[in-house]
Amino acid sequence: MAGPRHISVSEASRPVLPRHAKLKYDETRKVWVILAPERVLAPDEIAVEVLQLCNGERNVGDIADALAAKYASPREAILADVIVMLQDLADKGFLTEAREKTS
Amino acid sequence: MSDVLGNPMIPPDASDSLAVLEKQRSTAETFGIPLAVLLEITHRCPLQCPYCSNPVELDRSGKELTTEEWKKVLSELAEIGVLQVHFSGGEPTARKDLVDLVKHASDVGLYTNLITSAVLLTREKLSDLADAGLCHVQISFQGVEEGLADRVAGYKNGHRKKLEVAKWTRELDLPLTVNAVMHRQNLHQLPDIIQMSVDLDADRLEVANVQYYGWALKNRAALMPSVAQLDECTRIVEEARERLKGTLAIDYVVPDYYALRPKKCMGGWGRQFFNISPAGKVLPCHAAESITGLDFESVRSNHSIAWIWQNSEAFNRYRGTGWMKEPCKSCEFREIDFGGCRCQAFALTGDAANTDPACALSPLHETIFKQAEREAEGETSRFLYRNFAGGTLESENGA
Repeated sequence: MAGPRHISVSEASRPVLPRHAKLKYDETRKVWVILAPERVLAPDEIAVEVLQLCNGERNVGDIADALAAKYASPREAILADVIVMLQDLADKGFLTEAREKTS
Repeated sequence: MSDVLGNPMIPPDASDSLAVLEKQRSTAETFGIPLAVLLEITHRCPLQCPYCSNPVELDRSGKELTTEEWKKVLSELAEIGVLQVHFSGGEPTARKDLVDLVKHASDVGLYTNLITSAVLLTREKLSDLADAGLCHVQISFQGVEEGLADRVAGYKNGHRKKLEVAKWTRELDLPLTVNAVMHRQNLHQLPDIIQMSVDLDADRLEVANVQYYGWALKNRAALMPSVAQLDECTRIVEEARERLKGTLAIDYVVPDYYALRPKKCMGGWGRQFFNISPAGKVLPCHAAESITGLDFESVRSNHSIAWIWQNSEAFNRYRGTGWMKEPCKSCEFREIDFGGCRCQAFALTGDAANTDPACALSPLHETIFKQAEREAEGETSRFLYRNFAGGTLESENGA
Protein backbone atom coordinates (compact mmCIF):
# COMPACT_ATOMS: atom_id res chain seq x y z
CA MET A 1 0.00 0.00 0.00
CA ALA A 2 1.05 3.55 -0.52
CA GLY A 3 2.05 5.57 2.50
CA PRO A 4 -0.06 8.28 4.09
CA ARG A 5 -1.87 10.12 1.35
CA HIS A 6 -1.29 13.67 2.40
CA ILE A 7 2.36 14.59 2.50
CA SER A 8 3.79 17.86 3.63
CA VAL A 9 6.94 18.76 1.73
CA SER A 10 9.78 20.11 3.84
CA GLU A 11 13.53 20.52 3.51
CA ALA A 12 14.02 17.01 4.89
CA SER A 13 11.55 15.26 2.55
CA ARG A 14 12.95 12.78 0.07
CA PRO A 15 10.45 13.12 -2.75
CA VAL A 16 10.01 10.68 -5.58
CA LEU A 17 7.41 10.24 -8.30
CA PRO A 18 5.05 7.35 -7.53
CA ARG A 19 4.93 4.49 -10.02
CA HIS A 20 1.80 5.82 -11.65
CA ALA A 21 3.33 9.23 -12.46
CA LYS A 22 5.90 8.92 -15.20
CA LEU A 23 8.23 11.70 -16.29
CA LYS A 24 8.90 11.22 -19.96
CA TYR A 25 10.34 13.14 -22.88
CA ASP A 26 7.73 13.29 -25.60
CA GLU A 27 9.70 12.86 -28.83
CA THR A 28 6.77 13.84 -31.02
CA ARG A 29 6.06 17.18 -29.37
CA LYS A 30 9.58 17.82 -28.06
CA VAL A 31 8.43 18.52 -24.51
CA TRP A 32 8.76 16.85 -21.15
CA VAL A 33 5.51 15.45 -19.79
CA ILE A 34 4.29 13.77 -16.64
CA LEU A 35 1.95 10.92 -17.48
CA ALA A 36 -0.61 10.43 -14.72
CA PRO A 37 -4.01 8.76 -14.49
CA GLU A 38 -6.01 10.18 -17.39
CA ARG A 39 -3.88 13.31 -17.36
CA VAL A 40 -0.87 14.54 -19.22
CA LEU A 41 0.87 17.33 -17.34
CA ALA A 42 3.35 19.70 -18.88
CA PRO A 43 5.97 20.62 -16.27
CA ASP A 44 7.94 23.78 -16.99
CA GLU A 45 11.73 23.68 -17.34
CA ILE A 46 12.42 24.27 -13.69
CA ALA A 47 9.93 21.63 -12.62
CA VAL A 48 11.57 19.13 -14.97
CA GLU A 49 14.95 19.93 -13.51
CA VAL A 50 13.69 19.48 -9.96
CA LEU A 51 11.89 16.24 -10.79
CA GLN A 52 14.96 14.77 -12.40
CA LEU A 53 16.71 15.29 -9.08
CA CYS A 54 13.91 13.58 -7.13
CA ASN A 55 15.21 10.04 -6.83
CA GLY A 56 14.05 9.19 -3.33
CA GLU A 57 17.66 9.53 -2.08
CA ARG A 58 18.20 13.27 -2.20
CA ASN A 59 16.17 15.40 0.16
CA VAL A 60 14.67 18.75 -0.77
CA GLY A 61 17.58 20.55 0.88
CA ASP A 62 20.05 18.64 -1.32
CA ILE A 63 18.03 19.58 -4.38
CA ALA A 64 18.06 23.26 -3.41
CA ASP A 65 21.84 23.05 -2.87
CA ALA A 66 22.35 21.57 -6.32
CA LEU A 67 20.21 24.20 -8.05
CA ALA A 68 21.70 27.08 -6.05
CA ALA A 69 25.18 25.99 -7.10
CA LYS A 70 24.19 25.49 -10.73
CA TYR A 71 22.50 28.85 -11.11
CA ALA A 72 24.61 30.77 -8.58
CA SER A 73 21.40 31.93 -6.90
CA PRO A 74 20.37 32.44 -3.29
CA ARG A 75 19.61 29.05 -1.79
CA GLU A 76 16.73 30.24 0.41
CA ALA A 77 14.75 31.59 -2.54
CA ILE A 78 15.29 28.41 -4.53
CA LEU A 79 14.35 26.23 -1.59
CA ALA A 80 11.08 28.10 -1.15
CA ASP A 81 10.21 27.75 -4.85
CA VAL A 82 11.06 24.06 -4.90
CA ILE A 83 8.89 23.38 -1.87
CA VAL A 84 5.92 25.19 -3.41
CA MET A 85 6.30 23.29 -6.68
CA LEU A 86 6.65 19.89 -5.02
CA GLN A 87 3.81 20.53 -2.58
CA ASP A 88 1.56 21.35 -5.52
CA LEU A 89 2.52 18.08 -7.17
CA ALA A 90 1.95 16.23 -3.89
CA ASP A 91 -1.46 17.84 -3.46
CA LYS A 92 -2.40 16.53 -6.89
CA GLY A 93 -1.35 13.04 -5.79
CA PHE A 94 1.66 12.81 -8.10
CA LEU A 95 4.43 12.82 -5.54
CA THR A 96 5.33 10.45 -2.79
CA GLU A 97 8.06 10.28 -0.19
CA ALA A 98 10.77 7.69 0.14
CA ARG A 99 10.55 6.05 3.54
CA GLU A 100 13.03 7.21 6.14
CA LYS A 101 16.11 5.07 6.10
CA THR A 102 17.59 3.91 9.36
CA SER A 103 21.24 4.40 8.62
CA MET B 1 -17.68 2.82 -18.99
CA SER B 2 -16.52 6.23 -18.15
CA ASP B 3 -17.76 9.48 -19.47
CA VAL B 4 -14.46 11.14 -18.78
CA LEU B 5 -13.29 11.18 -22.34
CA GLY B 6 -16.61 11.94 -23.84
CA ASN B 7 -17.02 15.05 -21.85
CA PRO B 8 -14.14 17.40 -21.39
CA MET B 9 -13.54 17.66 -17.71
CA ILE B 10 -12.63 20.71 -15.81
CA PRO B 11 -9.54 19.84 -13.80
CA PRO B 12 -9.80 20.84 -10.15
CA ASP B 13 -7.03 23.37 -10.65
CA ALA B 14 -3.95 23.93 -12.71
CA SER B 15 -0.85 25.54 -11.34
CA ASP B 16 1.70 27.60 -13.20
CA SER B 17 4.38 24.99 -13.35
CA LEU B 18 2.13 22.02 -13.98
CA ALA B 19 -0.46 22.88 -16.52
CA VAL B 20 -2.62 20.16 -17.94
CA LEU B 21 -1.11 19.66 -21.36
CA GLU B 22 -4.42 19.51 -23.22
CA LYS B 23 -5.17 23.00 -21.98
CA GLN B 24 -1.78 24.52 -22.39
CA ARG B 25 -0.85 23.19 -25.80
CA SER B 26 -4.00 23.06 -27.76
CA THR B 27 -3.74 20.77 -30.73
CA ALA B 28 -6.35 22.93 -32.39
CA GLU B 29 -4.13 24.67 -34.90
CA THR B 30 -2.43 21.64 -36.31
CA PHE B 31 -4.80 18.80 -35.45
CA GLY B 32 -1.76 17.08 -34.01
CA ILE B 33 -2.22 13.54 -32.86
CA PRO B 34 -4.15 13.39 -29.56
CA LEU B 35 -2.30 12.71 -26.33
CA ALA B 36 -4.71 9.97 -25.29
CA VAL B 37 -6.85 7.52 -27.18
CA LEU B 38 -9.84 5.52 -26.01
CA LEU B 39 -9.81 1.89 -27.09
CA GLU B 40 -13.21 0.26 -26.86
CA ILE B 41 -11.86 -3.24 -27.30
CA THR B 42 -15.24 -4.97 -26.97
CA HIS B 43 -18.89 -4.09 -26.57
CA ARG B 44 -19.52 -7.23 -24.54
CA CYS B 45 -20.36 -6.43 -20.92
CA PRO B 46 -22.10 -8.36 -18.15
CA LEU B 47 -23.68 -5.12 -16.87
CA GLN B 48 -26.74 -3.57 -18.48
CA CYS B 49 -26.55 0.06 -17.35
CA PRO B 50 -29.39 2.03 -18.90
CA TYR B 51 -27.10 5.03 -19.63
CA CYS B 52 -24.33 3.10 -21.33
CA SER B 53 -22.29 5.33 -23.63
CA ASN B 54 -21.91 2.59 -26.22
CA PRO B 55 -24.00 2.92 -29.36
CA VAL B 56 -27.44 1.32 -29.38
CA GLU B 57 -26.17 -0.78 -32.30
CA LEU B 58 -23.47 -2.78 -30.55
CA ASP B 59 -20.58 -4.55 -32.33
CA ARG B 60 -20.87 -8.31 -31.87
CA SER B 61 -17.83 -10.30 -30.80
CA GLY B 62 -17.28 -11.74 -34.28
CA LYS B 63 -16.52 -8.23 -35.55
CA GLU B 64 -13.91 -7.44 -32.89
CA LEU B 65 -10.31 -6.85 -33.87
CA THR B 66 -8.04 -9.79 -33.13
CA THR B 67 -5.20 -9.71 -30.60
CA GLU B 68 -2.68 -9.19 -33.38
CA GLU B 69 -4.72 -6.37 -34.89
CA TRP B 70 -4.97 -4.57 -31.53
CA LYS B 71 -1.22 -4.99 -30.98
CA LYS B 72 -0.54 -3.46 -34.37
CA VAL B 73 -2.85 -0.57 -33.45
CA LEU B 74 -1.01 -0.03 -30.14
CA SER B 75 2.38 0.04 -31.86
CA GLU B 76 1.12 2.47 -34.45
CA LEU B 77 -0.40 4.77 -31.81
CA ALA B 78 2.87 4.92 -29.87
CA GLU B 79 4.79 5.61 -33.06
CA ILE B 80 2.67 8.60 -34.08
CA GLY B 81 2.87 10.25 -30.65
CA VAL B 82 -0.04 9.02 -28.57
CA LEU B 83 1.06 8.90 -24.91
CA GLN B 84 -1.83 7.21 -23.12
CA VAL B 85 -4.40 4.60 -23.95
CA HIS B 86 -7.59 3.80 -22.09
CA PHE B 87 -8.69 0.18 -22.33
CA SER B 88 -12.43 0.38 -22.21
CA GLY B 89 -15.52 -1.24 -23.66
CA GLY B 90 -18.06 -2.66 -23.07
CA GLU B 91 -16.15 -4.45 -20.41
CA PRO B 92 -12.47 -4.71 -21.45
CA THR B 93 -11.81 -7.62 -19.09
CA ALA B 94 -14.33 -9.66 -21.12
CA ARG B 95 -11.48 -10.06 -23.62
CA LYS B 96 -9.21 -12.95 -22.71
CA ASP B 97 -6.17 -11.22 -24.23
CA LEU B 98 -6.30 -8.08 -22.07
CA VAL B 99 -3.12 -8.87 -20.12
CA ASP B 100 -1.33 -9.48 -23.40
CA LEU B 101 -2.58 -6.17 -24.82
CA VAL B 102 -1.58 -4.21 -21.70
CA LYS B 103 1.85 -5.81 -21.82
CA HIS B 104 2.26 -4.84 -25.45
CA ALA B 105 1.11 -1.28 -24.77
CA SER B 106 3.65 -0.98 -21.94
CA ASP B 107 6.39 -2.44 -24.13
CA VAL B 108 5.85 0.22 -26.78
CA GLY B 109 5.89 2.97 -24.11
CA LEU B 110 2.21 3.78 -23.68
CA TYR B 111 0.71 4.76 -20.32
CA THR B 112 -2.21 2.43 -19.71
CA ASN B 113 -5.53 3.04 -17.97
CA LEU B 114 -8.13 0.36 -17.38
CA ILE B 115 -11.73 1.53 -17.38
CA THR B 116 -13.71 -1.34 -15.92
CA SER B 117 -16.90 -2.42 -14.21
CA ALA B 118 -14.61 -4.78 -12.22
CA VAL B 119 -17.15 -7.57 -11.87
CA LEU B 120 -15.19 -10.07 -13.99
CA LEU B 121 -11.83 -9.46 -12.31
CA THR B 122 -10.10 -11.90 -10.00
CA ARG B 123 -7.25 -10.86 -7.74
CA GLU B 124 -4.91 -12.95 -9.84
CA LYS B 125 -6.00 -11.30 -13.08
CA LEU B 126 -5.58 -7.85 -11.57
CA SER B 127 -2.14 -8.78 -10.31
CA ASP B 128 -1.22 -10.04 -13.80
CA LEU B 129 -2.38 -6.74 -15.26
CA ALA B 130 -0.24 -4.83 -12.76
CA ASP B 131 2.75 -6.99 -13.67
CA ALA B 132 2.05 -6.32 -17.35
CA GLY B 133 2.57 -2.62 -16.61
CA LEU B 134 -0.96 -1.34 -16.01
CA CYS B 135 -0.68 2.20 -14.61
CA HIS B 136 -4.16 3.04 -13.36
CA VAL B 137 -7.54 1.47 -12.66
CA GLN B 138 -10.89 3.19 -12.93
CA ILE B 139 -13.89 1.36 -11.52
CA SER B 140 -17.47 2.37 -12.17
CA PHE B 141 -19.93 2.43 -9.29
CA GLN B 142 -23.69 2.71 -9.69
CA GLY B 143 -24.44 3.75 -6.12
CA VAL B 144 -23.28 3.14 -2.54
CA GLU B 145 -25.44 0.23 -1.52
CA GLU B 146 -26.18 -2.94 -3.38
CA GLY B 147 -29.93 -2.59 -3.62
CA LEU B 148 -29.82 0.43 -5.89
CA ALA B 149 -26.39 -0.16 -7.42
CA ASP B 150 -27.17 -3.69 -8.58
CA ARG B 151 -30.55 -2.61 -9.88
CA VAL B 152 -29.04 0.18 -12.00
CA ALA B 153 -26.38 -2.17 -13.36
CA GLY B 154 -28.89 -4.96 -13.89
CA TYR B 155 -26.37 -7.32 -12.31
CA LYS B 156 -26.70 -9.15 -8.99
CA ASN B 157 -23.88 -8.87 -6.43
CA GLY B 158 -21.98 -6.50 -8.70
CA HIS B 159 -21.59 -3.78 -6.09
CA ARG B 160 -20.05 -6.13 -3.54
CA LYS B 161 -17.58 -7.36 -6.16
CA LYS B 162 -16.60 -3.82 -7.12
CA LEU B 163 -15.77 -2.98 -3.51
CA GLU B 164 -13.58 -6.06 -3.34
CA VAL B 165 -11.72 -5.24 -6.56
CA ALA B 166 -11.21 -1.64 -5.45
CA LYS B 167 -9.52 -2.98 -2.32
CA TRP B 168 -7.27 -5.28 -4.35
CA THR B 169 -6.38 -2.37 -6.61
CA ARG B 170 -4.96 -0.41 -3.70
CA GLU B 171 -3.31 -3.48 -2.19
CA LEU B 172 -1.44 -3.85 -5.48
CA ASP B 173 -0.45 -0.18 -5.16
CA LEU B 174 -2.31 0.82 -8.30
CA PRO B 175 -3.96 4.24 -8.26
CA LEU B 176 -7.73 4.07 -8.20
CA THR B 177 -10.36 6.30 -9.74
CA VAL B 178 -13.98 5.86 -8.76
CA ASN B 179 -16.31 6.68 -11.62
CA ALA B 180 -19.82 7.46 -10.45
CA VAL B 181 -22.40 8.10 -13.12
CA MET B 182 -25.10 10.19 -11.54
CA HIS B 183 -28.78 10.63 -12.36
CA ARG B 184 -32.10 11.30 -10.67
CA GLN B 185 -32.30 7.88 -9.02
CA ASN B 186 -28.89 7.97 -7.31
CA LEU B 187 -28.00 11.64 -6.83
CA HIS B 188 -29.18 11.51 -3.22
CA GLN B 189 -26.29 9.10 -2.55
CA LEU B 190 -23.60 11.54 -3.68
CA PRO B 191 -22.30 12.47 -0.19
CA ASP B 192 -21.96 8.76 0.61
CA ILE B 193 -20.27 8.07 -2.75
CA ILE B 194 -17.69 10.72 -1.92
CA GLN B 195 -17.09 9.12 1.49
CA MET B 196 -16.94 5.65 -0.11
CA SER B 197 -14.22 6.92 -2.46
CA VAL B 198 -12.19 8.22 0.47
CA ASP B 199 -12.69 4.94 2.36
CA LEU B 200 -11.56 2.97 -0.71
CA ASP B 201 -8.41 5.12 -0.78
CA ALA B 202 -9.17 6.35 -4.29
CA ASP B 203 -7.10 9.22 -5.69
CA ARG B 204 -9.82 10.52 -7.93
CA LEU B 205 -13.56 10.54 -8.15
CA GLU B 206 -15.43 11.35 -11.31
CA VAL B 207 -18.88 12.66 -10.61
CA ALA B 208 -20.23 12.27 -14.11
CA ASN B 209 -23.81 13.21 -14.66
CA VAL B 210 -25.39 11.18 -17.42
CA GLN B 211 -25.09 12.64 -20.90
CA TYR B 212 -28.18 11.92 -22.90
CA TYR B 213 -27.28 10.08 -26.09
CA GLY B 214 -27.87 6.53 -27.21
CA TRP B 215 -29.04 4.33 -24.35
CA ALA B 216 -29.32 7.25 -21.96
CA LEU B 217 -31.55 9.15 -24.37
CA LYS B 218 -33.89 6.15 -24.44
CA ASN B 219 -33.89 6.25 -20.62
CA ARG B 220 -34.03 10.00 -20.20
CA ALA B 221 -37.39 10.07 -18.42
CA ALA B 222 -36.08 7.64 -15.78
CA LEU B 223 -32.74 9.41 -15.31
CA MET B 224 -33.08 13.17 -15.74
CA PRO B 225 -32.47 15.07 -12.50
CA SER B 226 -34.32 18.24 -11.54
CA VAL B 227 -32.59 21.61 -11.54
CA ALA B 228 -32.81 21.65 -7.73
CA GLN B 229 -31.15 18.22 -7.51
CA LEU B 230 -28.39 19.36 -9.78
CA ASP B 231 -27.77 22.57 -7.85
CA GLU B 232 -27.46 20.50 -4.69
CA CYS B 233 -25.06 18.15 -6.46
CA THR B 234 -22.84 21.08 -7.51
CA ARG B 235 -22.85 22.43 -3.96
CA ILE B 236 -21.85 19.05 -2.54
CA VAL B 237 -19.02 18.66 -5.06
CA GLU B 238 -17.65 22.14 -4.38
CA GLU B 239 -17.72 21.61 -0.63
CA ALA B 240 -16.03 18.21 -0.94
CA ARG B 241 -13.32 19.49 -3.28
CA GLU B 242 -12.31 22.05 -0.73
CA ARG B 243 -12.53 19.68 2.23
CA LEU B 244 -10.65 16.83 0.51
CA LYS B 245 -7.92 18.79 -1.22
CA GLY B 246 -4.81 16.64 -1.34
CA THR B 247 -6.80 13.51 -0.48
CA LEU B 248 -9.32 13.07 -3.26
CA ALA B 249 -9.45 14.95 -6.56
CA ILE B 250 -12.98 15.31 -7.89
CA ASP B 251 -13.82 15.79 -11.55
CA TYR B 252 -17.32 16.95 -12.25
CA VAL B 253 -19.51 16.82 -15.33
CA VAL B 254 -22.95 18.42 -15.35
CA PRO B 255 -25.75 17.35 -17.67
CA ASP B 256 -25.70 19.87 -20.47
CA TYR B 257 -29.48 20.12 -20.65
CA TYR B 258 -29.39 22.57 -17.80
CA ALA B 259 -26.53 24.65 -19.10
CA LEU B 260 -27.02 27.83 -21.09
CA ARG B 261 -23.97 27.23 -23.19
CA PRO B 262 -23.18 23.86 -24.76
CA LYS B 263 -20.13 21.86 -23.81
CA LYS B 264 -17.07 21.89 -26.03
CA CYS B 265 -17.77 18.27 -26.82
CA MET B 266 -14.61 16.19 -27.39
CA GLY B 267 -12.73 19.48 -27.29
CA GLY B 268 -14.25 20.08 -30.71
CA TRP B 269 -14.84 17.43 -33.38
CA GLY B 270 -11.56 16.00 -34.63
CA ARG B 271 -9.44 18.40 -32.62
CA GLN B 272 -8.02 16.44 -29.70
CA PHE B 273 -9.72 13.11 -29.40
CA PHE B 274 -10.45 9.91 -31.22
CA ASN B 275 -11.46 6.45 -30.19
CA ILE B 276 -11.32 3.06 -31.83
CA SER B 277 -14.39 0.84 -31.77
CA PRO B 278 -14.34 -2.93 -31.17
CA ALA B 279 -14.52 -3.50 -34.92
CA GLY B 280 -11.64 -1.08 -35.55
CA LYS B 281 -13.46 2.05 -36.69
CA VAL B 282 -11.59 5.25 -35.94
CA LEU B 283 -14.19 7.64 -34.51
CA PRO B 284 -14.19 11.33 -33.52
CA CYS B 285 -16.32 10.41 -30.49
CA HIS B 286 -17.61 7.15 -29.05
CA ALA B 287 -21.16 8.05 -30.05
CA ALA B 288 -20.25 9.21 -33.56
CA GLU B 289 -21.65 6.12 -35.26
CA SER B 290 -25.10 7.29 -34.19
CA ILE B 291 -24.84 9.98 -36.86
CA THR B 292 -26.06 8.35 -40.03
CA GLY B 293 -24.57 9.27 -43.37
CA LEU B 294 -20.99 9.46 -42.12
CA ASP B 295 -18.54 6.83 -43.29
CA PHE B 296 -15.91 6.01 -40.68
CA GLU B 297 -12.68 4.39 -41.77
CA SER B 298 -11.28 1.34 -40.08
CA VAL B 299 -7.79 0.42 -38.93
CA ARG B 300 -8.34 -2.54 -41.24
CA SER B 301 -8.37 -0.20 -44.25
CA ASN B 302 -5.27 0.61 -46.27
CA HIS B 303 -4.92 3.95 -44.52
CA SER B 304 -2.77 4.62 -41.50
CA ILE B 305 -4.38 5.89 -38.30
CA ALA B 306 -2.56 9.21 -38.74
CA TRP B 307 -3.99 9.53 -42.27
CA ILE B 308 -7.50 8.77 -41.07
CA TRP B 309 -7.16 11.40 -38.33
CA GLN B 310 -5.85 14.06 -40.69
CA ASN B 311 -7.63 13.38 -43.93
CA SER B 312 -10.70 11.22 -43.63
CA GLU B 313 -14.01 12.69 -44.66
CA ALA B 314 -15.67 11.91 -41.33
CA PHE B 315 -13.03 13.75 -39.28
CA ASN B 316 -13.03 16.76 -41.56
CA ARG B 317 -16.80 17.05 -41.88
CA TYR B 318 -17.32 18.97 -38.61
CA ARG B 319 -13.80 20.17 -37.96
CA GLY B 320 -13.26 23.86 -37.37
CA THR B 321 -16.13 26.24 -38.12
CA GLY B 322 -16.60 26.06 -41.90
CA TRP B 323 -19.49 23.58 -41.69
CA MET B 324 -21.55 25.75 -39.34
CA LYS B 325 -24.98 27.17 -39.96
CA GLU B 326 -26.64 29.98 -38.06
CA PRO B 327 -26.79 30.71 -35.17
CA CYS B 328 -23.32 29.10 -34.78
CA LYS B 329 -21.81 30.61 -37.91
CA SER B 330 -21.75 34.20 -36.71
CA CYS B 331 -21.63 33.42 -32.98
CA GLU B 332 -18.84 34.94 -30.93
CA PHE B 333 -18.46 31.62 -29.07
CA ARG B 334 -18.07 29.47 -32.19
CA GLU B 335 -14.44 28.72 -31.49
CA ILE B 336 -15.05 28.34 -27.76
CA ASP B 337 -17.58 25.51 -27.87
CA PHE B 338 -17.66 24.61 -31.59
CA GLY B 339 -21.43 24.48 -31.49
CA GLY B 340 -21.58 21.80 -28.79
CA CYS B 341 -22.10 18.12 -29.46
CA ARG B 342 -22.69 16.87 -33.01
CA CYS B 343 -24.23 13.59 -31.84
CA GLN B 344 -26.71 15.41 -29.63
CA ALA B 345 -27.55 17.85 -32.43
CA PHE B 346 -28.23 14.88 -34.71
CA ALA B 347 -30.23 12.94 -32.13
CA LEU B 348 -32.45 15.87 -31.19
CA THR B 349 -32.74 17.80 -34.45
CA GLY B 350 -31.97 15.26 -37.17
CA ASP B 351 -29.03 17.28 -38.49
CA ALA B 352 -25.57 17.08 -36.92
CA ALA B 353 -24.71 20.49 -38.39
CA ASN B 354 -27.40 22.23 -36.38
CA THR B 355 -26.58 24.02 -33.15
CA ASP B 356 -26.61 21.59 -30.22
CA PRO B 357 -29.96 22.27 -28.50
CA ALA B 358 -28.08 22.42 -25.19
CA CYS B 359 -27.15 25.94 -26.32
CA ALA B 360 -29.59 28.67 -25.28
CA LEU B 361 -29.19 30.15 -28.78
CA SER B 362 -30.64 27.03 -30.39
CA PRO B 363 -34.27 27.56 -31.42
CA LEU B 364 -35.00 24.18 -29.81
CA HIS B 365 -33.36 24.87 -26.46
CA GLU B 366 -36.48 26.08 -24.68
CA THR B 367 -38.61 23.14 -25.85
CA ILE B 368 -36.04 20.58 -24.81
CA PHE B 369 -35.34 22.20 -21.49
CA LYS B 370 -39.04 22.25 -20.64
CA GLN B 371 -39.37 18.62 -21.67
CA ALA B 372 -36.42 17.64 -19.47
CA GLU B 373 -37.95 19.53 -16.56
CA ARG B 374 -41.22 17.70 -17.02
CA GLU B 375 -39.43 14.37 -17.22
CA ALA B 376 -37.47 15.16 -14.07
CA GLU B 377 -40.73 15.69 -12.20
CA GLY B 378 -42.37 12.63 -13.76
CA GLU B 379 -43.19 9.22 -12.33
CA THR B 380 -41.17 7.09 -14.74
CA SER B 381 -38.47 5.11 -13.01
CA ARG B 382 -38.30 1.87 -14.99
CA PHE B 383 -35.15 1.34 -16.97
CA LEU B 384 -34.60 0.03 -20.46
CA TYR B 385 -31.53 -2.14 -19.89
CA ARG B 386 -28.71 -2.14 -22.39
CA ASN B 387 -28.08 -5.39 -24.27
CA PHE B 388 -27.38 -6.77 -27.71
CA ALA B 389 -31.09 -7.37 -28.28
CA GLY B 390 -31.85 -3.65 -28.44
CA GLY B 391 -32.76 -3.31 -24.77
CA THR B 392 -35.03 -5.00 -22.22
CA LEU B 393 -37.53 -3.09 -20.13
CA GLU B 394 -37.21 -3.49 -16.38
CA SER B 395 -40.11 -5.40 -14.85
CA GLU B 396 -42.71 -3.55 -12.77
CA ASN B 397 -41.25 -4.67 -9.48
CA GLY B 398 -37.65 -3.96 -10.49
CA ALA B 399 -34.85 -6.21 -11.84
